[in-house]
Amino acid sequence: MIKLENLHKSYPIGKDSLHVLKGINLHIKEGEFVSIMGSSGSGKSTLLNIVGLLDGHDKGEYYLNGKLIENLDEKKAAILRNKFLGFVFQSFNLISYKTALENIALPLYYKGIHRKERQKIAMEYLEKVDLKDWANHLPSELSGGQKQRIAIARALVTQPKVVLADEPTGALDSTTSQSVMELLKEINNEGMTVFVITHEEDIAAQTDRIVRLRDGIITSDKKTKQREKV
Amino acid sequence: MFDLDGWREIFQSIGKNKLRTVLSGLTITFAILLFTILLGMGNGLKNTFKSFFSRDAENAMFIMPNRTTKAYRGYQSGRRIEFENEDIDFIQKNYGDKIEHIIRRNQRQVDISYNNKKSNYPLIAVDPEIQFLEMAVPFEGRFINQLDLNKKSKVIVIGRMTKEDLFPKGISAVGKYVNVGGLAYKVVGTFTDPGGDNEERLNYIPITTAQSIYGNNDKVDQINILYKSDLSTEQAIAFGNGLVKDLKDRYDVAPRDQRGIRITNRAEVVQGTKQTSGALDMIVIIISIGTLIAGIVGISNIMIYIVKERTKELGIRKALGATPKSIIKMIMFEALFITSIAGYLGLVIGTGVLRIIAPGLEEYFIKDPQVDSGIVIFATILLIISGIIAGYLPARRAAKIKPIVALNDE
Repeated sequence: MIKLENLHKSYPIGKDSLHVLKGINLHIKEGEFVSIMGSSGSGKSTLLNIVGLLDGHDKGEYYLNGKLIENLDEKKAAILRNKFLGFVFQSFNLISYKTALENIALPLYYKGIHRKERQKIAMEYLEKVDLKDWANHLPSELSGGQKQRIAIARALVTQPKVVLADEPTGALDSTTSQSVMELLKEINNEGMTVFVITHEEDIAAQTDRIVRLRDGIITSDKKTKQREKV
Repeated sequence: MFDLDGWREIFQSIGKNKLRTVLSGLTITFAILLFTILLGMGNGLKNTFKSFFSRDAENAMFIMPNRTTKAYRGYQSGRRIEFENEDIDFIQKNYGDKIEHIIRRNQRQVDISYNNKKSNYPLIAVDPEIQFLEMAVPFEGRFINQLDLNKKSKVIVIGRMTKEDLFPKGISAVGKYVNVGGLAYKVVGTFTDPGGDNEERLNYIPITTAQSIYGNNDKVDQINILYKSDLSTEQAIAFGNGLVKDLKDRYDVAPRDQRGIRITNRAEVVQGTKQTSGALDMIVIIISIGTLIAGIVGISNIMIYIVKERTKELGIRKALGATPKSIIKMIMFEALFITSIAGYLGLVIGTGVLRIIAPGLEEYFIKDPQVDSGIVIFATILLIISGIIAGYLPARRAAKIKPIVALNDE
C-alpha cells in the first residue's frame, strides 16, 4: 500500500538546510496498523506529511497504492488525497462554522457527490462513531473526544485506502484516548490500513507494528504480538 | 459556472462569518456612499454657481462714457465724454456683422405716481430690443415698440413690482395714465423679469421720447450691445476691446485711460465662470478619486486579511481534497457577492441621502445635488474589481502553498 525507498527530506533554514529524513525505507501493506514512534524532532511528523501528500520529498521514491508519486502538482495531490487518504490530526482541524454532519460531509463535496447523498453517507459515519445525536452541533459544542471521533468519521467518509493519524490522542485524556484507539482498532479490523504517529508507548503498544525513528533514520521496526487479528 | 453546492458553501461561509462579511461589505458600502454624496454635493455646488450667471443674457456688453482721467491730443483730463445717436451708426457700420442688437439706454430716477400713490423709481429710456437683454417678459399688455419710438409717444412699460406698489390689487394698469415726473405717460404693459424684485421695479420708455423731452438732444448715457451668439468667448472679448479702442480714438480719449470710456463685457464674466467651474470640476474629481482610492485600499486590505485569517481553513479543505482552483473560486465568488451587494447598498443609500438632504442644502449654495448613476455604477465595479484582484493574489498563494504550511498557520 505504502512503499518508501531511501526517502530524504530537508528544510531550508536561512542559508543552511535541516536534513530531517535521511533515507527512510518502509513498506506498509494493506490492512496493517502501524505506529511511528520517536521524540519530537525525530522526523515522524514530516514522514506522515509526505506520506499524506501534504508535503513533498526531496529524494527517494514513494509508491502509494503501487503508483510512483512524482511531479505532483497541488491539483493532482488534492485528488489523490481525496481518493486514497483520510487524515486525523492532533488538533482535530474541524471547520469551526460547520456542524458535525457538515464537517464529515465536506470531503464528499470535493469528491463531487450530490448534497442529499452526501448527507446520507455522512449520517451513516456519524452513527458509526456513536454521535448521531450531535449531528447539528458545532465543534465548539463538542468535547475533545467527540471532536476527534468526528474527525475520524470525516477521514473515513470517502472510504480511503489509508487513514493517517498524527498524534490522534495527543490532546485527549487517557480515557478518551482509549476510546479513540478502540475506534481506530475497529476500523483496522474492518480492513483499513491505519498509520499512526505517537510518542506515547501505551498507544503504540496497541498497534500491530511499531516503527521507531530517531534523527531521521529508522532505528527499529518490530511487530507486536499482543493483538490477535480477528 | 458554479453549481448550487458551490454557492451553498459560499453562502454558509458568508452567513457564519458575519464580522468578516460586515467588515468587507461596510468598506465598499461606505466608499460608494461617500463617493455618491461628495460627487452629488460637488455637482450641486456647480449648479448653484451656474445659476448665478444665467439671469440676464450672456452675450451682452455695456459701454459707458465718463470723465477722462488723462490728458490726450491737446485735451485736458477731466473732460466729460457723452455718446450720441451718431455713435450707434458708427458702431453699426464697423461692427454690424458681429451685432445682434444695439440698444441706446438713458437712465434717471423719477417719481412715478398713480392717484395718490407715489414712489421713486428708475426710469429707463431705451430701444425696444432691451427686452432681449434684460429678459423682461411682458406680463400684461405689450412692450414698447418701434412705432412708439418713431412717434416719440409718451408710453411707459412698468415692472410688476411698480404696478403692485402703485395700483390697487385686481386692477389692470394697462391703459391707465401715470404721472412720471410731472408728465402723463400711458401704461401700455407690465413685465416680469427672472432677475427678481429690483429688476421688476424698473420702468421703460422709448429712448426718442426721453431725448426730446429731457434736454431735446441726442445724447446717449450708455450703449448696450447683444453680440451674435455664434461668437466664441474669445472672439467676443476681442470684439469688445476693439470697439472700445475705436470709440476712444473717436472721442480722443487716451488708449490707457481706464475711465473715459468703460466696457463691461459679459463674455469676460463667462470666461471667468468657465475657469471657476473648471476648478470646481477638478476639486470634485480629485475628491472622488481620493474617496475611491481610499475604498480600494480598504477593500484590498480586508481581502488580504480575510485570506490570511482563512489560511488554516483552506489548509483543512486542501487536506480533504480541495483543488487550488476550487479554493480560488470560493474566495473570489464570495468577494464578488459581498462587494456587489454592498456596492449596490452604498449606491441606494447614497442617492437616498442626497435626495433627503438636498432641500436643506440650498442655503449652503448646493443646489439639486445629483449624481450620474452610470458614474457610481462604474465606481462600484472598480471597487469590486479591486477587491477581487486584491483577494486573488493572496487566495492564489494560499491555494498553491503546501497544505501542511497552511495547516500549521495560526
